[in-house]
Amino acid sequence: MSEPTTTSGLPQGPAITKHSAQRRRKGMLWRGMFIGSLLIGIIALITLFATIINDSFGLIVIDNKVDPSTLSDQPLESLDKAALQAILQQHISAGRFRQLNREQPFEERDQSDLLQLLEAEVIKPSIVASYTLQESLFERERVAAEAAKKYPQGTLTFHSWISGTFLVRPMHSNPALAGIRTAILGSLYVVMLTMLFAVPIGVGAAIYLEEYNGQNWISRIIETNINNLAGVPSIIYGLLGLAVFVRALERFTSGAFIGINNGNGRTIISASLTMALLILPLIIINAREAIRAVPQSLRQASYGLGATKWQTIWHHVLPSALPGILTGTILGMSRAIGESAPLIVIGASTFIAFDPNSPFSKFTVLPIQIYNWVQQPGEQFRSIAAAAIIVLLVILLALNATAIFLRNYYPRGAV
Amino acid sequence: MEQPISAVAERAVVTNKSRHQPIDLRRHARPGEQIIQVLLGLCGVISILTTFGIIYVLLREALMFFSLPEVMLWEYFTNTTWAPQINEFGVLPLLNATLATTFFAMLVAVPLGLGAAIYLSEYATPRARSILKPVLEVLAGVPTVVYGFFALTFMTPLLQRIFGQDTVQFYNMLSAGLVMGIMILPLVASMSEDALSAVPRALREGAYGLGATRFETAVRVVVPAAISGLVAAFIVALARAIGETMIVAVAAGAGPRFTFNPFLAAETMTGHIARISGGDISYGDIQYTSIFAIGLTLFVLTFVLNIISGAVVRRFREVYE
Repeated sequence: MSEPTTTSGLPQGPAITKHSAQRRRKGMLWRGMFIGSLLIGIIALITLFATIINDSFGLIVIDNKVDPSTLSDQPLESLDKAALQAILQQHISAGRFRQLNREQPFEERDQSDLLQLLEAEVIKPSIVASYTLQESLFERERVAAEAAKKYPQGTLTFHSWISGTFLVRPMHSNPALAGIRTAILGSLYVVMLTMLFAVPIGVGAAIYLEEYNGQNWISRIIETNINNLAGVPSIIYGLLGLAVFVRALERFTSGAFIGINNGNGRTIISASLTMALLILPLIIINAREAIRAVPQSLRQASYGLGATKWQTIWHHVLPSALPGILTGTILGMSRAIGESAPLIVIGASTFIAFDPNSPFSKFTVLPIQIYNWVQQPGEQFRSIAAAAIIVLLVILLALNATAIFLRNYYPRGAV
Repeated sequence: MEQPISAVAERAVVTNKSRHQPIDLRRHARPGEQIIQVLLGLCGVISILTTFGIIYVLLREALMFFSLPEVMLWEYFTNTTWAPQINEFGVLPLLNATLATTFFAMLVAVPLGLGAAIYLSEYATPRARSILKPVLEVLAGVPTVVYGFFALTFMTPLLQRIFGQDTVQFYNMLSAGLVMGIMILPLVASMSEDALSAVPRALREGAYGLGATRFETAVRVVVPAAISGLVAAFIVALARAIGETMIVAVAAGAGPRFTFNPFLAAETMTGHIARISGGDISYGDIQYTSIFAIGLTLFVLTFVLNIISGAVVRRFREVYE
């Protein structure tokens, strides 16, 4: 027969202290593991950025076809236009010179233009070796020795792969001369058109769901539908765009109906329409939340003064919901900038050397340019991919910071 | 000559009457308002059209694919070779690679995401949370192609250093899967944190009152109470991992292969769609329709997962006052 105190199974007497100490130790251990999992996430983020930076700066060995110091006894930058033109004429064939003149007459070119020409046509620098930032900083002697041994006529310099010229130069098959101008312009075009389609439709749908017959069957169907659409993989939207916008509506998306001949519908407008469908659920969900947060008293006051439903929405509900709607819009925008899978499916080109100039142009966008470079073998493509990633991340960070600022500056429903 | 005042007054009353008809306050039609309502309704209908569009397009092209003499539905699900050149169309190697990368992604994302969520919701001070949550959001905002770059330039060399250059191929499923796990970690953490935070404070107070430690409260009271939200978060993450394209397109390798060895290259469903459609394909040929069949498989898979997630939330939600 046991005593009543022991049947409960709980420790008694001095064992209590020991038991609770044990429990506390276990708690501390797990607390450490919870913090650890969060830390791993943060470390992953830091490693990600470190990897990108590691690849976008570093020592390079440049091997010039013609040494710039042999072209003139003064530094080339200090020469005027006429002198540069003379040097250029001296070092390239007459045919090539005439061809360049035909592309753009020399009278119209300015000094910096000529410098670029000299570099591309005469000096022809090629990067024969490149090193990561880590190697450049911590193993400088080894790198220098290796470079001197392997490439005696090359010069070792520190190079930032991301630079002003990288931003404004068009595509090029040589990574040393490649830039992301076309990709940035393509991204801008696609995103602007996407927002033009998605924002009015998304906000309109949100107003309908929140302000008009919020509880009838059609609203319920739309609501379920939006939630399901938000979970559809982005590549499926690409297939939809490929079959509908690129193929079925080819006459419109290729610009053939207004006489532009592009051959097919793999154009900016197809990309924008596809992307608009992709971010529509995101915009609707965010706009709905913003509209729902507008206090009911505002609407009642407006009705009380005799305003109609639309007057109430347009003059009172929408202005108060604006910060929230803007936040959602910016989030949608950053999604549209970073997304690339659907655009690959609808056929964004990877090599485009001319600027897109209309919604019916062929195009490429930043993420696809990065995808293309990541797939190329060779350290230098990796470096320009990393540099392009930095540009992309800076754009996205700026957008997200704006969104977070808007959300914190205007708390929900407090306008 | 002066008029009598009464006459002036009378005239004033008359003009006043004729100028100001009493306003008709009865309900009347406002065509403008109705047009606006219809237009707004149409905006909502576009989302339904999108769904129908997706289903119609996928079904139409997939039916064309399955009606070809070279393809048999049974073989599509059982054949372990996908080689359009020799008319072998078995989705298993692609599906297998998708499931393998997803498995590794979930292996990373679920424990870490849940752990981070428990820390954020149960341990962190409001100040710490206000700093850490945006960090997770930044992680969630990084485009997936960047993670692809990360897999190729960091994870793969790391794996090669650990397991040996000969065992680990340059393109492999493990690297893509692990990085995909890092990618969906913020999603799991943020959705789980929402679920945990929604558990009423009274439950925690009750547990503390009975002498439970913080850990015991978190694991035995809060997590079970939020289980529907947590499971939904995991399923959403699963669907996201299955549908993820860029990381696997960059890092998992090109070319289908039926293998269970995570160190080998194998193409996933999404990776295959991206690679085939990226090249110049002619409309209507067998490769073109085949990517729609794969797309349909992918769509059904993620759609079912999303439905399950919705059902879990509705069915097992613990409602508290």
